[in-house]
Amino acid sequence: MSLRGKVVVVGVAESDLGEVGPGFTPLDLIGQATLRALEEAGLDKSEVDGLFSASAYYHMPTLSVGEYLGIRPRYSDATSMGGSSFVSHLLHAAAAIEAGLCEVALITYGSTQRSGGGRLVTGSEADPYEAPYNPRYPVSMYALAASRHMHEYGTTREQLAEVAVAARGWAKLNPRAFMREDLTVEDVLSSRMVSSPLSVRDCCLVTDGGGAAIVTSAERARDLKETPVYLLGAGEAHWHRNISQMPDLTVSAATESGTRAYAMAGVGPEDVNVAMLYDAFTINTVLFLEDLGFCEKGEGGAFVSGGRISPGGELAVNTSGGGLSYNHPGMYGLLLIVEAVRQLRGECGDRQVQNANIALVHGNGGVLSSQVTALLGAERAL
Amino acid sequence: MRGMNPEAGEPPARIYRRHLESGRLGFQRCAGCGAAVFYPRVICPVCGGNDLAWETSSGRGVVYATTAVYRREGDPYNVVLVDLEEGFRMMSRVEGVPAEEVEVGGRVTLRLDLTDDGPILVFVPGGEDS
Repeated sequence: MSLRGKVVVVGVAESDLGEVGPGFTPLDLIGQATLRALEEAGLDKSEVDGLFSASAYYHMPTLSVGEYLGIRPRYSDATSMGGSSFVSHLLHAAAAIEAGLCEVALITYGSTQRSGGGRLVTGSEADPYEAPYNPRYPVSMYALAASRHMHEYGTTREQLAEVAVAARGWAKLNPRAFMREDLTVEDVLSSRMVSSPLSVRDCCLVTDGGGAAIVTSAERARDLKETPVYLLGAGEAHWHRNISQMPDLTVSAATESGTRAYAMAGVGPEDVNVAMLYDAFTINTVLFLEDLGFCEKGEGGAFVSGGRISPGGELAVNTSGGGLSYNHPGMYGLLLIVEAVRQLRGECGDRQVQNANIALVHGNGGVLSSQVTALLGAERAL
Repeated sequence: MRGMNPEAGEPPARIYRRHLESGRLGFQRCAGCGAAVFYPRVICPVCGGNDLAWETSSGRGVVYATTAVYRREGDPYNVVLVDLEEGFRMMSRVEGVPAEEVEVGGRVTLRLDLTDDGPILVFVPGGEDS
């Protein structure tokens, strides 16, 4: 049985973003985003019977969210594997809806990490075999992967910087993006080094933010006002938790999650009009372009160079401005879905990708650990 | 000990610690499939076997990946992943060279350091061909 075309995203929203100010809680942002997504979907809170969330703040996230919102779900899923969790929730919601275990699913997330102190809020435990060496979590782990990619394939810091510059190019077209000032390759190279070869401009933002997505069956969506965006396929994979256990630091489990998602959707990378790739660090975009088949292994550095993933380039990647320039509230996966849905509906204004029929959403979590890929399509892509 | 634990034996992490405190890098070898297993555990993550015998590493390895971690004050420090010649990988640091000069592919040799926080296994550059 395939889930292709069975469920529809009928509402998406961001909470207030950036720096919301002291006093707001992550649940307040979840409340904001949920209200907006329900309004967009034309659904009442009382119709939500499936609840999906993950959090670094709340140990039992769906319980806290359900209580705050006054939702009593009959299906509850707090799958927690880092920033990819919310793409995973999309797949799990589709399975639950198709199995008849719920009909209207709410996937939601919020973080106030910037107003709360400006540092990543993480529930990650220290690994006893890594902690004695004080890697800075998580940047050092991604830096190790970057060093290996540079060694094996000759990838350069300039090529990594191109990823940040492209993301900024898109962010300049997005009024909601956190950083919209000019950014050049030279700016990235000369910015403060954090964990070599990654400088601060190779790293995602630390912002407040949250989001919500409402998912229901294609059948139920026929009665709703919003332009439907269909889940065409999805797949997940994870091979490790700690970076020292990752088999090959240049190959992520996105190779498997992507293959599964493409197979379910019946499409390939050549069919993708918009690619939302979880860019916590510049090396991510390079790795995921390779692992998801947009180019060969080792060619990601060349692929991103010369503005090829910038506005007007060959492939539209991270059109919101990404985790690097738009928003990164600790876990960013839900905001990938929000942007992909808006692109497929044609709502993206200056950054709208023309004839966007199929969007790929790729979530990453932990330290290149969990990988979840989803393909979304407009009705004409079915 | 309460309850029935006839086969539990000594916790793997404690055996590792005993090796460490005597200046050795202990790891496990699976009797079933031959895989080198690190960090220590009670099941082979390759074949699922439970017959894991302890061995001591030669301490000869090659830097698999490296980063220099910068701080507000002081020089950056190094964090590496090292592939040991027995076939397993661990996180560590290379000492005796500036953090930025550690190279992927470079040969390194294990050294025990005694710190205020206890013994720690680090690496120094160099090492003969194995």
